[in-house]
Amino acid sequence: MIVQPAPKRDILARRDAIVAGLRELLPQSGVIAEPLRMKPYETDGLPAYRQMPLVVVLPETTEQVAAVMRFCHREGVRVIPRGAGTSLSGGALPMEDAVVMGMMRMNAILDIDYADRCAVVQAGVTNIGITNAVAAQGFFYAPDPSSQLACMIGGNVGMNSGGAHCLRYGVTANNLLGLRVVTVEGEIIDIGGAHLDAAGYDWLGLLTGSEGQLAVVTEVTVRILRGPEGARAMLAAFRANEVAGACVDSIISSGIIPVALEFMDRPAIHACEDFAHAGYPLDAEALLIIEVEGSVAEQDALLERIREICLRHDPISLKVSQSAEESAAIWKGRKGAFGAVGRISPDYLCMDGTIPTSRLPEVLRRIGEMSTAYGLGVANIFHAGDGNLHPLIMFDANDPASLRKAENFGADILRLCVEVGGCLTGEHGVGVEKRDLMGVQFTETELNQQRRIKSAFDPGWLLNPSKVLPLLPEAA
Amino acid sequence: MTVLAPADEAGILAAIAAANEAGEPLRIAGRDSKAGLLRPVQAARMLSAAGLDGITLYSPNELILSAQAGTQVAALVAETAAKGQHIIAEPPDFSALFGVETAPSIGGVVAANLSGPRRVAWGAMRDHVMGVRAVNGAGEVIRSGGRVLKNVTGLDLCKLLAGSHGTLAVLTEVTLKVLPAPERRATLALPGLDPAQAVAALSAALGSPYGVSAAAHLPAPMAARVPALAWMNRAVTLARIEDFAASVAYRSEKLRGELAHVAMAELLDDGASQSVWAAVRDALPIAPEPGAVWRVSVRPSCGPGVAAALEAAFGAAWFMDWGGGLVWIAGPATEAAHHAVAEAARAAGGTWMLLRAPEPLRASVAVIPPEPASLARIRARVKAAFDPRGILNPGRMYAGS
Repeated sequence: MIVQPAPKRDILARRDAIVAGLRELLPQSGVIAEPLRMKPYETDGLPAYRQMPLVVVLPETTEQVAAVMRFCHREGVRVIPRGAGTSLSGGALPMEDAVVMGMMRMNAILDIDYADRCAVVQAGVTNIGITNAVAAQGFFYAPDPSSQLACMIGGNVGMNSGGAHCLRYGVTANNLLGLRVVTVEGEIIDIGGAHLDAAGYDWLGLLTGSEGQLAVVTEVTVRILRGPEGARAMLAAFRANEVAGACVDSIISSGIIPVALEFMDRPAIHACEDFAHAGYPLDAEALLIIEVEGSVAEQDALLERIREICLRHDPISLKVSQSAEESAAIWKGRKGAFGAVGRISPDYLCMDGTIPTSRLPEVLRRIGEMSTAYGLGVANIFHAGDGNLHPLIMFDANDPASLRKAENFGADILRLCVEVGGCLTGEHGVGVEKRDLMGVQFTETELNQQRRIKSAFDPGWLLNPSKVLPLLPEAA
Repeated sequence: MTVLAPADEAGILAAIAAANEAGEPLRIAGRDSKAGLLRPVQAARMLSAAGLDGITLYSPNELILSAQAGTQVAALVAETAAKGQHIIAEPPDFSALFGVETAPSIGGVVAANLSGPRRVAWGAMRDHVMGVRAVNGAGEVIRSGGRVLKNVTGLDLCKLLAGSHGTLAVLTEVTLKVLPAPERRATLALPGLDPAQAVAALSAALGSPYGVSAAAHLPAPMAARVPALAWMNRAVTLARIEDFAASVAYRSEKLRGELAHVAMAELLDDGASQSVWAAVRDALPIAPEPGAVWRVSVRPSCGPGVAAALEAAFGAAWFMDWGGGLVWIAGPATEAAHHAVAEAARAAGGTWMLLRAPEPLRASVAVIPPEPASLARIRARVKAAFDPRGILNPGRMYAGS
């Protein structure tokens, strides 16, 4: 289990005064101090970790965020920014002596500019909410994490969220133009704007994916893109993981970059098919979902080229979607994969390493060996084009030994990802979950460099501390 | 000036460690093709990465390319082209603009985050930096990112170092995402539009479902300097489509039809497209202008207003890339002209850079916009977090730091 630093006793002792101070800064309903009402904030998308916070605040404006930050800075109170609480790495896990700052009330879309292809939204707008707001004009916001119905853009910025279409459209960092942030001292700063590539240091790039370590994001200027004329998916089923991996290589080397290229192994295929009835072939060891975009004629041409490539790899079956409904069913299975695994196992841990795509067969074989050794099932879902692997480790949280084994299994998978040239996390973030594995990927010199940058923004380490960077010995 | 040009990262490390020990500033360069950019650095010695030359990893099927920082961009372009791939952000070569013979290095274009026309649709140079190795001012090797396409492990120092102009650390190796090069290119060339009409047409093109990958507007005097456009003899508004040949044929005809009410576009073929966009990328139309050159980045619809204001202020020569969002400006190398550019950019809510000017002007004015005091304080602390004694390219971006 992850060790958290001891709470500051003086803060706990002053709780009533701190709550009263916050009440002076926010509307009546914006301060939640009753244990029963704080309960929903005690965990996030990594429910194995729980901690009641000191108090929860729900600001409605950037100015209120700034007022809370000035107050907390003066009082030496830690602050945990929180979007929708969908983090799979415990990025929003509270601390006993910390204020949780929930951004969900800042949910306004402030401006949409189709001519300049950008929109300004508050941090609490959901990911899908942006696309929904611009869809009537044929536009969309590209990053599409599986949690997109719930997760908020502020959290997406914090974690640099990805999705299934990153290979073509990039991750959050590649789709931002500007931020309004509040510093730990409570100063409001605008980074970037509606233009490209601000001069000076790339604060936009540094803040994106900084997991709430550096500043609180209150407004985001995103790029919105015109959608393609259409999109269509196909399924290709293979006899072995190696064969499917080789097929992915062949597709990329042919010069085709599908907008999505998803890989599922046998356990994932079965779980998703039981859940979504998408017509996935149950006799396959590996399944690819391949999506292309363009006019119908362009889709036909691309899918035919991909079909020919697949045929060279002795597929069990190939099925090209014939309609929008069939494509939707294919995606329903994939996007529902986490829920599907949840139906066959009481609990699961969703891992998130990235590997060089050429190492996929070897990595899946070794994960299979680990699964046998640990006695825990695993289903693998993989963004095959970009190497982002999501093993879902099945366990029973009611059994502490099972949870411990699952965590050790997960850590072994992530060590393997680094060993073969990859990384600990492709899109979920380090959070608290992978904090103590950072030394596997980085030297102590490199971690200290990151700590000094954190200190440059947050000298007192009040913003979301004890995440991302391993605790120094004195703190642990 | 003494030039230190070690052959490897260990040599870079030793040079920086010694400079740090002695507290002696170093001017940092890749191949030193952009010495004329930004503020002059006061240092007796230059540390060059030119000796760090060569591709260290190229895995086309994994879309990953690593090279030592001093490797010429042209070498990477050739190597990827041989495998049917390309460097996504089409980084520019400003040797004509700066009047030098030196070709840019990959470390230099990453350190300056310089991107070409494809930036408007496919992201900046920094968007495709997947990993870096660098030596900070304290003489420590630091890595960020890696050799995979998706990585959010720890703070993203790839992006922070891209665009930091060697003031935080010296890049020794960069790893880029690359993509298959398009099979075919075509460009719609709409003649005779005024700037506002041009940006409206480019917005329509970039807001179409046809995957426009570059969008520029050249007033008549600028178009006259591009051989493949000179025959049109008027202002030219350009939109590029790149893809498989059949898609290019289909999409360019569709877009041509949709823009027909604005102007009937000429269709430039693959060869003409390549030469036109290389000229736009390298700012060749504006390079022969005397005096100073600025880049202003604004929301695209503000581009024409910036150009008009500076035409009125000092008779600026200009052209627009990035759908109107990037305005290249040439004018007299005077403080008055410089302040007019900065004010026009500021009024449009954008950003600016003094790209080329005689050294006295670059030394006396802010070459990029000053930051608000709260951010400048953070910047000073971040600089110290990498370079505690301030030895790396002091004064390159901001006076006194």
